[in-house]
Amino acid sequence: MQDFLEFKSISKGYPGVQALSDVSFSVRKGTVHGLMGENGAGKSTLIRVLSGDQAGDTGEIRIGGEQQLYKSVRDAFQAGVIVIHQELQLVAELTVAENLWLGRFPAKAGVLDRRKLIGVVTEKLADMGIDVDPAAKVASLSIGERQMVEIAKAVMVDARVIALDEPTSSLSSRESEILFSLIDRLRANGTVILYVSHRLDEIFRLCDSLTVLRDGKLAAHHSDISQVTRDQVIAEMVGREIANIWGWRGRPRGATRLQVNSLAGPKLPHPVNFDVREGEILGFFGLIGAGRSEMARLLYGADARSQGTVTVDGTTVTADSPVHSIRAGIVLCPEDRKLDGIIQGRSIEENMAISSRRHFSPFGILNPTKEGELAETFISKLRVRTPSRKQDIINLSGGNQQKVILGRWLSEQGVKVLLIDEPTRGIDVGAKSEIYEILYELAAQGMAIIVISSELPEIMGITDRIVVMCEGRIAAEIERSDFDERRILAAALPDISNANDLPIQQVQSR
Amino acid sequence: MTSLKKLLLGEQGLVVIFALAFAIVSLTVPNFLTERNMLGLLQSVVTIGIVACTMMFCLASRDFDLSVGSTVAFSGMIAVMASNATGSIVLGLLAALVCGGFVGLVNGVVIARFRINALITTLATMQIVRGLALISSDGRAVGINDPGFYQLALSKFLGVPTPIWVMGVLFLAFGFLLNRTVFGKNTLAIGGNPEASRLAGVNVSRMRIWIFMLQGLVCGIAGVLLASRITSGQPNAATGLELSVISACVLGGVSLAGGRAAMAGVIVGVLIMGIAENVMNLLNIQAFYQYVVRGLILLLAVLLDNLRSVAAGRRG
Repeated sequence: MQDFLEFKSISKGYPGVQALSDVSFSVRKGTVHGLMGENGAGKSTLIRVLSGDQAGDTGEIRIGGEQQLYKSVRDAFQAGVIVIHQELQLVAELTVAENLWLGRFPAKAGVLDRRKLIGVVTEKLADMGIDVDPAAKVASLSIGERQMVEIAKAVMVDARVIALDEPTSSLSSRESEILFSLIDRLRANGTVILYVSHRLDEIFRLCDSLTVLRDGKLAAHHSDISQVTRDQVIAEMVGREIANIWGWRGRPRGATRLQVNSLAGPKLPHPVNFDVREGEILGFFGLIGAGRSEMARLLYGADARSQGTVTVDGTTVTADSPVHSIRAGIVLCPEDRKLDGIIQGRSIEENMAISSRRHFSPFGILNPTKEGELAETFISKLRVRTPSRKQDIINLSGGNQQKVILGRWLSEQGVKVLLIDEPTRGIDVGAKSEIYEILYELAAQGMAIIVISSELPEIMGITDRIVVMCEGRIAAEIERSDFDERRILAAALPDISNANDLPIQQVQSR
Repeated sequence: MTSLKKLLLGEQGLVVIFALAFAIVSLTVPNFLTERNMLGLLQSVVTIGIVACTMMFCLASRDFDLSVGSTVAFSGMIAVMASNATGSIVLGLLAALVCGGFVGLVNGVVIARFRINALITTLATMQIVRGLALISSDGRAVGINDPGFYQLALSKFLGVPTPIWVMGVLFLAFGFLLNRTVFGKNTLAIGGNPEASRLAGVNVSRMRIWIFMLQGLVCGIAGVLLASRITSGQPNAATGLELSVISACVLGGVSLAGGRAAMAGVIVGVLIMGIAENVMNLLNIQAFYQYVVRGLILLLAVLLDNLRSVAAGRRG
């Protein structure tokens, strides 16, 4: 088959960075094409150029042999190019059908044609095998269902090219499977799908061909994905071989550091019990909505508890707010860095010192010298890549932001328990192993660490023990020597009989 | 062109605009650059300037306070009535501060603890407090019995009237509070991302209550000085003050989205507001037109704010 979507020497620079330089590759009709690369490799910029959001400095895009000269998202839309971003573009208070017709409601003399409005949508959804009620409000749908609606919207306008940017990052594995079968169907209909993801499993499961970007340049193009291995792709992404990204090693464990007794709250109705020892890295695994993050927030005092006690080194912590937890030595790196972690518009230095500065600010008066030293120390210790400590944190990549938040807690005094929720979500391979190394070092110094992750390889790779949660309860506790992928997954999956009414998003959306 | 843009939208952009405007006005408007007019100009911005100090904190933490005009009028009223009743100016001043602080405390508690939108809350207290000022005076101006009270506004130190000194001291104090204390940094952090700040160990609701209380206290100070200058407690004083103060802050580079503020900017913003009014008076422009100009300045301020955020965003 001939090439349908062609990128021809696309370049795009921003002040200070060349985001894309001379990127060319093409995709055949009716295929799913993977786009991979570390953060900052240029994937997002390429997608932006494709979507018409930003114009490339040089180069051209051809679709079906025709040069595309569009200047805006609207032009791209008209040319049949639709980009589905991580942040979905649906109107929550309108119904599914209304969303699908948005902008061109069917009407007779200005009066809505309700029959057509619902009818066509019902038909389309059935065609695509999407099981969503057209009359339901989007607000009542799960994230997974919303994503389906977003794709249906693209199909409604006969999109020729659909680009999906990290579509599964907030989906459960069951929802992901539904998405994949929908993508398979679109492929069979001849649509070109550009699939951006960090997840190798998905890329190899879905894609026919693959492009790898690195530092804004084309690192590799594989027109047949079956000819490459995962290790090869990783090496192409980072530009070097990574032997073992986990790098786990054994370490002595001391006395019980953290003890949690029948902890429960409004979003975690069933009480949980567990403990963590000095120097131990305990993993919490579960599907989205299993209650892992809710547990962490309760433990940290970010949400109100209904019952339970938390003991650190034998002393009970009255943690009804983060302030108290921090003083007792419990800290949290939150799941959603952008929403709950970083303070936008403020510098790296201020983001790091926000909590620990109370130790060297007598009467609340700042000590800028000390603050600067502290920031420099942790920037070099954690290898944060930045031109200056005065840089706005929003300008850093995900991995570096995570390091700054780690620096926030490492600069605190007397941290005994570190809760880290999704430590490497959206972080590229190179930075991942650096973050793991930091965790090992902290554990070796005696900290008790709780890692929460929905990535099974990660949790199996870096923890000493795993607690598996399922539907708000602890389903299993497994020592490293007994780690077994199937056993962990089996514990995480709810009974098949209720698999269809998994409370996936209800628990997650808070 | 790009360097001009950078100059105008950058950190020091406002100072540049101010210097330009000041130079032009000094050269073109007769009687502008005289000691007498300068002092008069500063006198005229005392109320706006004082209240802008704390409004800056309010806006920087992503909040809003519409009740300042009413609070200034009410506390001025209380100062006059209390000192008339007790015969002691000091007691009158204290009563005004307590009243101002109390209004701020109520605002803060309702907004931070009961999580009611700041715009709505202060819109409500703005009307309630204005109502209280009218009720307590039966809608009439209350004259000052003790001529000593006038001295607050009339007395001079080193040739400069006391209210200007008060404003200067507050500028310094709040500039220090913003830049050199944990309180200031936490204010900016809350404005940048309230939930992240809470999770990072900032007691967000307590901070917000404090900010509103400070706002109320400062309104009390402004109210006393205003009453002394207009030689009476006027229940209708300082109407529309909230808008002038917010305009001055925004003009001074305080972001309405929170997280960005600078005392120097606010001072310049206040002076720009003052100069605009002063120049219109010197040029004998009718009061009616002054409303239009004030509105235009506010629009310009918001546009500038927007351009500035766009320029900042592009860098990211």
